[in-house]
Amino acid sequence: MRLTEMMEAVAIPPFERFYEEHRNEVLGLLRRRLGANRAEDAFQETFLRALRAYGRLEHGEHLRAWVLTIAHNVALDTFRRTRPTSELVETGADDDMPAYAELAELTDGLGPKERAAVVLRYGYDLSYDQIAAVLGSSPDAARQAASTGVRRIRRRMTT
Amino acid sequence: MTVSPDLDRRFREAAAALGLVDIGFDLVDTPIGELLVAASDRGLAAISFETDPDRLDRLARIAGPRVLRSPRSVDNARRELEEYFEGRRHTFDLTLDLRALPQFTVSVLEQLARVPYGETTTYGELARRVGHPQAARAVGTVMHHNRIPIVLPCHRVVGSTGSLTGYAGGLDVKQRLLELEGAR
Repeated sequence: MRLTEMMEAVAIPPFERFYEEHRNEVLGLLRRRLGANRAEDAFQETFLRALRAYGRLEHGEHLRAWVLTIAHNVALDTFRRTRPTSELVETGADDDMPAYAELAELTDGLGPKERAAVVLRYGYDLSYDQIAAVLGSSPDAARQAASTGVRRIRRRMTT
Repeated sequence: MTVSPDLDRRFREAAAALGLVDIGFDLVDTPIGELLVAASDRGLAAISFETDPDRLDRLARIAGPRVLRSPRSVDNARRELEEYFEGRRHTFDLTLDLRALPQFTVSVLEQLARVPYGETTTYGELARRVGHPQAARAVGTVMHHNRIPIVLPCHRVVGSTGSLTGYAGGLDVKQRLLELEGAR
């Protein structure tokens, strides 16, 4: 990152402030998705994933969208783990996540990981490190998911 | 939807136990008021008389943005401070995190740490001990910015006339610490 970009970038707040600002909303989302019991473990997992990646963030933008997306994915993982028959889970956007909404049509039909990777990369301009935290995977796997997603979208658009 | 104190505590404990926190901090009640105490995996990193939110930004500049309130991270410091304020402890056994400080500052703080409990010294004397007898004013600046007051006892440093000069926690606090130690 160039110096001028660093100066323009939104500073990364201390984690305590980020956590206090978003914890209630994250818990609310997880309770709606998973119910009160399973939401507590998922809450921990969400903020631990965020904390793991937090030291590698390059800027402090879109942190709300970022942590809500981590929560979506943790909920999805929890759902898969506890209901192996795999009911269909709504992984789509909340009303107040515009980038998700704009990309919803394009990314419709992609798997949840690919969809999250594409939206976070191209909708929110997050780094692969940040996306990896969301997906609970490595940065390489995040890059792979985004590129597979984009390839699928292209293929669909040309056929 | 409000996160319960229990869930909140469990997250903070897990974060610290997994080593994911750059700096863990807590508020510690003492006879001279509430202190913000912060530690990294290297040791005690800061004690602050001010507990306002801006302080967290300063903590982040020491070791990284993963600053989280986590009572366990400062258990040792809390215990030793408690013993100090009860008059039962005269020297601290805590390891200190002095990273990101200039060499001159570290040298001055090392000399400061050797000023015994219950005694005072002067800025000029400290300057002499670090080999820069003309640098009393610079030593004063180091005291003024001392990140770990009380444990690094800048309250034991007074002006050449014996006047208290200044203190981040206020002159009344400096006076009380010296009285506690029987220096005044």
